[in-house]
Amino acid sequence: MSRLLFVLLLLPLSFNTSAAGMGYADARQLLSRTGFAPTDSEIESFAALRRAEGVDRLLANVRTEPGTPPPADTIEFVPPSRLRALKNASEEEKKAFRREQFAKSLELRAWWYREMLDTPSPLTERMTLFWHNHFVSSQQKVRSLALMYRQNLLLRRYALGNFGELLHAVSRDPAMVIYLDSVSNKKGEPNENFAREVLELFTLGEGHYSEQDVREAARAFTGWSLDRRTGEFRFRPRLHDYGEKIVLGRTGDFDGDDVLDILLAQPATAEFITAKLWREFISPTPDPREVKRLAAIFRSSHYEIKPLLRALLTSDVFYAPQNRAVLVKSPVELIVGTLRLLDMHSEDLRPAAFVGRNLGEDVFAPPNVKGWPGGDTWINSQTLLARRQLITRLLRAQEMPMPAVMPAAAGREPNMDMRRRAMRMQRDYRFDADRWFVQFPAERTVRDANLTRLVLASTPQAPPPAGANDRAYLRDLLLDPVYQLK
Amino acid sequence: MQRRDFLRLLGTAALIPWSTDLAFAAAPRADYQRLLVLVELKGGNDGLNTVIPYADDEYYRLRPRLGIARDQVMQLDEFTGLHPSLKALLPLWQAKEVAIVQGVGYPQPNLSHFRSIEIWDTATDSDEYREQGWLTQLFTAAPPPRSFAADGVLLGSQELGPLTGGRTRAIALNNPEAFARQGRNMPAPAVRTSNPALAHLLKVKDDIRQAAEDLKSDYDFRTEFPQTAFGNNLKTAAQVVAASTGVAAIRVTLNGFDTHSNQLATQTRLLAEFAGGMAAFKSALQEIGKWDSTLIMTYAEFGRRAHENGSTGTDHGTASAHFLIGGKVKGGLSGERPALTQLENGNLRHAVDFRQLYTTAAERWWQLPTRNVFGGRFRPLDVVRA
Repeated sequence: MSRLLFVLLLLPLSFNTSAAGMGYADARQLLSRTGFAPTDSEIESFAALRRAEGVDRLLANVRTEPGTPPPADTIEFVPPSRLRALKNASEEEKKAFRREQFAKSLELRAWWYREMLDTPSPLTERMTLFWHNHFVSSQQKVRSLALMYRQNLLLRRYALGNFGELLHAVSRDPAMVIYLDSVSNKKGEPNENFAREVLELFTLGEGHYSEQDVREAARAFTGWSLDRRTGEFRFRPRLHDYGEKIVLGRTGDFDGDDVLDILLAQPATAEFITAKLWREFISPTPDPREVKRLAAIFRSSHYEIKPLLRALLTSDVFYAPQNRAVLVKSPVELIVGTLRLLDMHSEDLRPAAFVGRNLGEDVFAPPNVKGWPGGDTWINSQTLLARRQLITRLLRAQEMPMPAVMPAAAGREPNMDMRRRAMRMQRDYRFDADRWFVQFPAERTVRDANLTRLVLASTPQAPPPAGANDRAYLRDLLLDPVYQLK
Repeated sequence: MQRRDFLRLLGTAALIPWSTDLAFAAAPRADYQRLLVLVELKGGNDGLNTVIPYADDEYYRLRPRLGIARDQVMQLDEFTGLHPSLKALLPLWQAKEVAIVQGVGYPQPNLSHFRSIEIWDTATDSDEYREQGWLTQLFTAAPPPRSFAADGVLLGSQELGPLTGGRTRAIALNNPEAFARQGRNMPAPAVRTSNPALAHLLKVKDDIRQAAEDLKSDYDFRTEFPQTAFGNNLKTAAQVVAASTGVAAIRVTLNGFDTHSNQLATQTRLLAEFAGGMAAFKSALQEIGKWDSTLIMTYAEFGRRAHENGSTGTDHGTASAHFLIGGKVKGGLSGERPALTQLENGNLRHAVDFRQLYTTAAERWWQLPTRNVFGGRFRPLDVVRA
């Protein structure tokens, strides 16, 4: 509904603006790289805008809050005392609790998929996912869905805001405080986990700091802890090391926020984030000179994210032919994108979240603190087969379920009942071909050409045979390796 | 032989400045009928609490809460013992099929998980960057037969690690049955492209097509594997070995060793999984007569800090102990006992370069000279029987 409204709002523009527009191919590049598979009419409406206008429009009305209501009892904080009580519970009770947790964790994932699918601001979700993969925390260790949910809200609130503020906020985010062991980082007994990763993965990047810096920074973060009853951040002065520290050549009785400011003052931080955004939006191979130039914009705007994105998305290199179809779609982009592209609706997105996990991207549970490596590594013999299977099953008749979703050897098998339920629910996914193909012109060659330019970021590796019927033509395009690229 | 392989062979030969006889023999003689199984102890296993210097008072001083009590340790000699949860490994040790190498690391250690595993995976110096994994480097010099189902199979983690890059045919496997079923109809016309992402996709398609049929085996092992993800992966590995067409290497990942807090319970569980898995794997390979042609080798990005931290855990460290296991292994202790009073920034100095383990696998196991691969700088260890 909201998507329809969004498109309608844009429609008049495509009639007013004319020859100066960026055109279909550039508009597709802009919308597919910053969202999930745009529809034909969305692309047409942007095609009439100049690049800068299109990017401004994209950045002007980004959401900072989700529109989808969260699953209520999933996001309720469970204090550790209740978990401790469970230790003495019977095997049966423990089992029931695990089952319930599994079901809830799936609902949380489905909630985010729903938001990604329905949002009028897909860039917000793409950036939330980007920061989730940068400021990594995982439910596997945090063991609190409520805290994972709160962190997700935080990442979304700052997704296109200010990086410096985001860094400060996420460093005291309760899920992060648990995930990187700040909670056990105490004066005289430092735990280096957070300090190391904040230097290596969140700001400077490897090679821009010494082991001594890690040890000293760890001392500065001592005492950053939690209120166990509420799950809120709490600073514990008695655990904080107030002594003098030397971090990156600067000396003082720094606390954690001081260290974060020292990190933000380093040019390496802006360059590190800029290069990562380049790999997210433009190509796997950032141009070092351009990165330096863009990073300077980032720093001079005091780490405001929008000016940097504006510069990235209006740059010629973003639209350059050699950078089309050079990025591999992440599993989430593939799943949400395909559902959007084919205009498929389902009340229940838990199966989609299942498939995402099977394809290697279990949201709320990245594999380690460096996040999903992404790029070409999304594609291996396992995942390529699973991606193809997803597509064939989505296209098949309604009685066919989506893929067998749980990896057999994942080590944390849900119970069979849950699995069967998930399989049943997958039947909800419907591709209404008759309705969908209406949007294309009737004339065969124009129809095929329009279909191809919508579905693929580049020419197909194996063009479908001439004379194929609509469904076969679409199937061939979706199974073409180029469909895995954006 | 394909033209590509022939050229590659020539290239290899030209680089070897030895007698022509040896040069021509170099590549084809690599004995890939012998299987290498790498077990990754991902996250950085704590070597000091795995292979324990129980006679060293300094160990208990550094580990007041984490130290394994002397009477708990499975004593191997008067200085060194094993963590009690490695019990299932004891029969293999007694059969002299386990070599323990202590003090494995490298100069100027990097304490980042990601950089350090990259160094291990690509067999480089600490300040050197290389694209290709170390197995890919070996396989480029001397390719495994094209008739093999794949060059390498990955289980438990889909990261390519030592098999990264080049033309290496690496298959990430979950369920061989499903893999065969889905891969059978894979169309893969050979096309060249200048787009690296597309080239990668096409290569993976090609690898799948070849491996799909050949990796399948329905061998019914009598051996019971542990009911864990690691146990399942080892069972799959055994199934792959039982399939008629070969693979040169299998990498199985056991994850969870990054024990910054509450290490005792976590490591106890993981080491038990490891040892139980190894015992089952041996039994399964003996069923199909492959135990003597299999070499198992553990690795990890690093060991852990000698001094325990304040959260009953250990932070990232450097040198660690590793295992070589197999029917042809020359069992015993090698390397050097940890010098706990000569730490460097609280970390152990290494005594054995990890590339010596790789050189051992290449030269002593596969009969493949490493002179032009790891620069011939690394002396193999005497841990494989002739």
